[in-house]
Amino acid sequence: MEMPIPNAAILSKRDRVIARLAEVLPPEALISDEAERRAYECDALTAYRCLPMAVVLPDSTEQVAAIMKICHEEAVPVVPRGSGTSLAGGSLPTEDSIILGVARLRAVLETSLEDRYIRVQSGITNLAVTGAVEGDGFFYAPDPSSQLACAIAGNIAMNSGGAHCLKYGVTTNNLLGVTLVTMAGEVIEIGGAHLDAAGYDLLGLICGSEGQLGIVTEATLRILPKPEGARPVLMGFDSNEVAGECVSDIIKAGVLPVAIEFMDRPCIRATEDFAHAGYPDCEALLIVEVEGSDAEIDEQLGLIKQIARRHNPVELRESQSDEESKKIWLGRKSAFGAMGQIADYMCLDGTIPVSSLPHVLKRIGEMSKEFGLGVANVFHAGDGNMHPLILYDANKPGDLELCEAFGAEILKLCVEVGGCLTGEHGVGIEKRDLMSVQFAPDDLDAQMAVKDVFDPEWLLNPAKVFPLDASAARRAA
Amino acid sequence: MRPATETELSEIVRGAIGPLRIRGGGTRSLGAASAGEVLETGGLSGISLYEPGALTLVAGAGTPLAEVEAALAAENQRLPFEPMDMRALLGVEGTPTVGGMVAANASGPRRIVVGACRDSLIGVRFVDGQGRIVKNGGRVMKNVTGYDLVKLMAGSWGTLGVLSECSFKLLPVPEVQATLVSDAKSPEVAVRVMSDALGTPYEVNAAARDVDGRVCLRIEGFSEQIRYRKSALADALGGDWQVLEAEDSVALWRGLRDVTAFAGQSGDVWRISVKPSDAPSVVARIGAPVQMDWGGGLIWARVAEGTDLRAKIGPIAGHATLVRASDPTRTRLPVFHPEPAPIAALSQGLRAKFDPRGVLNPGLMG
Repeated sequence: MEMPIPNAAILSKRDRVIARLAEVLPPEALISDEAERRAYECDALTAYRCLPMAVVLPDSTEQVAAIMKICHEEAVPVVPRGSGTSLAGGSLPTEDSIILGVARLRAVLETSLEDRYIRVQSGITNLAVTGAVEGDGFFYAPDPSSQLACAIAGNIAMNSGGAHCLKYGVTTNNLLGVTLVTMAGEVIEIGGAHLDAAGYDLLGLICGSEGQLGIVTEATLRILPKPEGARPVLMGFDSNEVAGECVSDIIKAGVLPVAIEFMDRPCIRATEDFAHAGYPDCEALLIVEVEGSDAEIDEQLGLIKQIARRHNPVELRESQSDEESKKIWLGRKSAFGAMGQIADYMCLDGTIPVSSLPHVLKRIGEMSKEFGLGVANVFHAGDGNMHPLILYDANKPGDLELCEAFGAEILKLCVEVGGCLTGEHGVGIEKRDLMSVQFAPDDLDAQMAVKDVFDPEWLLNPAKVFPLDASAARRAA
Repeated sequence: MRPATETELSEIVRGAIGPLRIRGGGTRSLGAASAGEVLETGGLSGISLYEPGALTLVAGAGTPLAEVEAALAAENQRLPFEPMDMRALLGVEGTPTVGGMVAANASGPRRIVVGACRDSLIGVRFVDGQGRIVKNGGRVMKNVTGYDLVKLMAGSWGTLGVLSECSFKLLPVPEVQATLVSDAKSPEVAVRVMSDALGTPYEVNAAARDVDGRVCLRIEGFSEQIRYRKSALADALGGDWQVLEAEDSVALWRGLRDVTAFAGQSGDVWRISVKPSDAPSVVARIGAPVQMDWGGGLIWARVAEGTDLRAKIGPIAGHATLVRASDPTRTRLPVFHPEPAPIAALSQGLRAKFDPRGVLNPGLMG
């Protein structure tokens, strides 16, 4: 993975920049010591590491603004960081950058059940947002797998999704407002507790901009009343095609499950060995969950089972208890961990039109043979967001490169069938250089023009999202 | 001018030497009549892809909305956000188009639960002010590849680009619907009741107070489900509720969606977005007939012609749009809510990037 050559002029003024930052921050908010900086050299894409010049951990919007003003004046790149759970290298530092972490911005600022929103500082974890309102019967809907650790700031930067977004949408559909600090240190309020923008939808632009337009320090989020209950049904099929058809038929029948999860045979086997969730030994497995009162669930699951039976399932098991529901989900939720027991893996997240599912799975199987690397598939079938896990051996020279080449081919296939490179993880550095597969130069230029408006000097998280050659002139200017 | 293809559209915009007035069906015109040649998108028409099993539809920007809605109805699906038809309110004729709906980010009562038009819009193709063809998003409902210009285009009223194609995420039409209707309630009581209703787990997907003060709450789902939720909701809220079923419920919400209460009535019409708990005090300051939607978060007000409603209600955490007024009023009062300086600067910056020559609906949004 190529990164820009560090700017020697910036490196040479490191001491001065740190001294200036020390003037506006308490000692505990500024990390310059090498050993402590080490903790920030990578995010969850651990294959790539780089020590930043310094790390700042502000605890107020004012401190963030002061930091940004200094970095702007000194022309030092700033790399924002939530909890560091990005799988795409979204918060990977460069040698000449400052990491700005929001981990100390964790307060709940305001909750309104009447208006159904919560205002939080952006370093709070996703799960803590739900934790703050669940006693009152509410929850925050987007539920990325890393929700125990990941920060709202990172969710907003990557427009994170989750297993339940078929019904509830992703972050952008649940975000009402932000306090944004620009690269120049200006504090801007965008949106709020009311709905929709007065003018252009700047909130929609900021969500998913991978920390390249500003630092979000506070966020107003939509909260929803919790459903009365939820229940999954597990179904096994003897081919991926049939499972794919079953998904399509469920959707066409007018049922809107909150989640439809898909696992293929390699994934089922690994998961079963690891978590003993009681999954059947079959080619493809679906977990379909619906919500409501007991009677409502019975009605919906009745219809879903009726559709499933038309596809001759080898297994059709409705959860009979909370215990059993947990067990069914346990397997799915431990799928990544299970694969990690077998080998190193790279997790992709391209999205495809649901109708292309059988074709794409078949091609991935063929490519797996060509590259000589195993693949397990687990994904959100209702919305076509795939998570192929490519297995490799990090200790074997050349295997990582082979794995990356295979991954790139899978993502190109996703684009070819009408899908996209990333459904919820973001581009970061991981898919940066594949952007030209999905976008023409004018498409990329229109996106980069937005960054020109918010950050004309391209100092915020600059070497991400766009292919390096496409952004080179702007970064150098 | 009426291009038949995206390429022709691109050539027209590239070759423009003066302002262009972008026009879909001409049924949502808010701004004062401005100079410039009319550029119609009606030639970019047709549904290019519809996959019911994937809940996705792609259509040319000039496609009549009615054509899309008919295709969806045949598969028992719909656009989730219940777009308003403004013809009755504005007293105009014409054929609403997909592109016009998107450019206006038109969203109706169901917006509080399923989101606005921008939330169901998953891809766009457009021609920017220099004639460049740009695509963003696509036809899959989960996509974080690059910046989300799809959201930016929704509600930009043709000032950043001329839409040529739009893709949507769809939803199935539930089996049945029902609406609980109360007797007249004050704005304070109505907002409290609507908040209570929207705080229940019964998935109330529309909550309005009509001009006569009646609170209306809609639920949709499977027949058994709705049978259960009707009574559970009424029990949770207390008080007397009349129940409208099927077509009666559909007709009620069509009227509320299109604000037909103000159609053919004199005066200007404003649309105000605030948080619901602020609504009663805003309504008190308006001092004129109002319809409340979105649980109180959306206020439609009919006021005497030429009223500067923004001045009358004072500063609000939200925004007020002048939807219907005479040309002189629309020249005097900004149609869109004035933005704070830093936001206005960003908006201006975006316009300068996407339409550096200022040919696309100039002046409409600042």
